[in-house]
Amino acid sequence: MKMGEVDIEATTEPLLKVEDLAVDFHVSGTVQRALQGVSLNLKRGRTLGLVGESGCGKSVTSLSIMRLLPQPPGHYAGGRILLEGRDLLSLPEREMRALRGGRIGMIFQEPMTSLNPVYTCGEQIVESLLVHSGLSSKAAMDRAVELLDLVGLPSPRERAHDYPHQLSGGQRQRVMIALALANDPDLLIADEPTTALDVTIQAQILDLMTDLRERTGAAVLLVTHDLGVVAQTCDDVVVMYAGGVVERAPTNALFADPQHPYTIGLMAAVPRIDATVDRLSTIAGSVPPPWVTLVGCRFASRCPLADDRCRSAVPPLRENGPDHAVACWHAPIEEATI
Amino acid sequence: MSAMLEVRGLTKHFPVRRGLLRRVVGQVQAVNDVSFDVNEGETLAIVGESGCGKSTIGRTVLRLVEATDGSVRLDGEQILNLSTDAMRHIRRKLQIIFQDPFGSLNPRMTVAETLAEPLLLHGLATPDNVDDKVTELLRTCGLSSFHAQRYPHEFSGGQRQRVGIARALATRPRLIVCDEPVSALDVSVQAQIVNLLQDLQAQFGIGYIFISHDLAVVRHIAARVAVIYLGRIVEEATAEALFAAPRHPYTLSLIAAAPRPDPTNRDRSKPVQGDAPSALVPPPGCAFHPRCPMAQQVCCDERPELRTLGATRVACHFAEEVVPETATPQPSATAPRLQRRLDVLQGEALKRQNAI
Ligand SMILES: Nc1ncnc2c1ncn2[C@@H]1O[C@H](COP(=O)(O)OP(=O)(O)OP(=O)(O)O)[C@@H](O)[C@H]1O
Ligand SMILES: Nc1ncnc2c1ncn2[C@@H]1O[C@H](COP(=O)(O)OP(=O)(O)O)[C@@H](O)[C@H]1O
Ligand code: SF4
Ligand code: SF4
Ligand SMILES: [Mg+2]
Ligand SMILES: [Mg+2]
Repeated sequence: MKMGEVDIEATTEPLLKVEDLAVDFHVSGTVQRALQGVSLNLKRGRTLGLVGESGCGKSVTSLSIMRLLPQPPGHYAGGRILLEGRDLLSLPEREMRALRGGRIGMIFQEPMTSLNPVYTCGEQIVESLLVHSGLSSKAAMDRAVELLDLVGLPSPRERAHDYPHQLSGGQRQRVMIALALANDPDLLIADEPTTALDVTIQAQILDLMTDLRERTGAAVLLVTHDLGVVAQTCDDVVVMYAGGVVERAPTNALFADPQHPYTIGLMAAVPRIDATVDRLSTIAGSVPPPWVTLVGCRFASRCPLADDRCRSAVPPLRENGPDHAVACWHAPIEEATI
Repeated sequence: MSAMLEVRGLTKHFPVRRGLLRRVVGQVQAVNDVSFDVNEGETLAIVGESGCGKSTIGRTVLRLVEATDGSVRLDGEQILNLSTDAMRHIRRKLQIIFQDPFGSLNPRMTVAETLAEPLLLHGLATPDNVDDKVTELLRTCGLSSFHAQRYPHEFSGGQRQRVGIARALATRPRLIVCDEPVSALDVSVQAQIVNLLQDLQAQFGIGYIFISHDLAVVRHIAARVAVIYLGRIVEEATAEALFAAPRHPYTLSLIAAAPRPDPTNRDRSKPVQGDAPSALVPPPGCAFHPRCPMAQQVCCDERPELRTLGATRVACHFAEEVVPETATPQPSATAPRLQRRLDVLQGEALKRQNAI
């Protein structure tokens, strides 16, 4: 939390609101829908998990929020992205650039693609500080070392002079986090920040992110395909499938009361380290490829409950409990509802 | 009785060359003195962090890279010193599947061609019946003859892995090295492939060396588990024993670090610190000592030998003192509703299947 911006609980208005976002890709003469009707809310001081299988649109969503969607082939086809009420989709690029690395910090899966290989770790953070704040270069260097220390890089003053390739994967990810935090962002977007890391290093990085979130009060959008990571770190969850939101709930409610057939199938398919089963539960079939036009419910081709209505009409995302919304005609699934 | 596969003292050092003259300046000790057995129809999992030597173990067993030292016996026959000719005959019995089957499938060959090749090469089919054999293989792996005339790029990740498995299965192997076969797959597809591997094992009695960094998958699929740290086995036990009572501090920290999909059971403990050290300059004594919360002076001075402790083999000076999380996992509050709804979904799926 920044000084002067006290009492995060009292500010009920979400920091980030995505409303009905639609994104298309124009690929070799065809239009492929990547996102359709994606809506989510993120409040200050909270971590929102965006979860789903590969290709469901998690990265397109997070890139859209940062306005980093490659255009072309990407194309915003509708909706709004509101940061404290301001629509990012209509901001001039110059203002967007000031937000990125400033009020919006970003962490990606592969730090090597976002860290500049020809600058030392310290120089990259200093550069960002100089662009976004009025610090002198001497003060910026001190602050950079402070940040590297904050993210737990050993001997930060020496490591500040290292180039990214001289560091291990986990250390690079720490540098990336230091860079993302440099200008006290209000919003931190982390797209699969630990997917490329070993499990012990993943635990260190998630621990660090939770710790920093508590200290800075930033809102975090955590993109992941791992329900374990969601359960351990997120306050709220949005479940995506084939370019749309199928369920949205506080984390505890989602795990205690999963309502969408996809959410249920996904949770049941995860092998557990703390329990054994004879046979893993699966979801039949696979995600429809992006060139297939979806009619009706996006999950209908794999859903055991799909009926004529499911195959013809899109189920709206509707509230089925406190802050718990589901896009399924038959949710919650009970013996009596089918 | 001896095991189907017996690996003893397996060692692989890669020379590191530098400079214009490509002089050898050091050795990467990728695998050191590794011994294990795999029985018919059994799965041995090999787990550990990136670079610890898992793939190298699998590849030296198959002689895709030549071992520096050690022995590998398949059905009693020593295979590391066999001539290329003699080895050809063994190759049929030893197969491998990879994380990314795309990289190992020829993009210009249809699936039928890919599968026909090993069948004909090893005399397991004739030009007359090869099509039938291919169809049978595809069906065994959950694909249909519809897929036979397609190319790898036309398949999803899960389907490609099925093709990779079918190709390995073609030669009726005794043992398959599965090198991270589900790591690149989505969890719903991962479950399909894991189930397929288990079905094939039950049907054909194949032994698996299952290489993975995902302990939850390993717990589900493996009968025994070998934990590797910097090229050495640091603990080996049945899956049951290993997860109930890990004896090595590294095993303990790996298990603790796996994120549980249960928000009511959040882990607040500090994860193990530091990175895995380089295999080029392994730390003296116990290789885990720079990260081990239990390390004493002796750990820096003396490398602990792998020794037997109960039903476990473990390499730690203080293995007797490692205390696992004793709390038996409570079936969490999430389970009942999830299970009930899953039952409804599965019941309905079954009804529809029967109706067809
Ligand atoms: N051909 C090679 N030449 C030199 N060093 C090698 C070679 N192959 C592997 N190594 C080294 O041997 C060690 C073990 O590598 P290996 O690929 O077996 O690890 P792994 O456990 O399979 O890791 P991952 O989980 O990343 O697949 C590493 O230090 C690696 O850099
Ligand atoms: N640059 C691109 N060109 C064309 N299609 C794209 C591009 N980037 C993403 N897509 C498509 O958008 C969909 C969502 O992708 P993505 O957001 O990356 O998924 P994930 O949930 O795995 O992050 C996929 O169908 C993907 O193929
Ligand atoms: S709307 Fe119908 S097809 Fe879609 S998830 Fe619900 S029951 Fe299944
Ligand atoms: S030998 Fe010592 S350093 Fe190594 S694992 Fe055991 S206690 Fe830790
Ligand atoms: Mg992505
Ligand atoms: Mg490997």
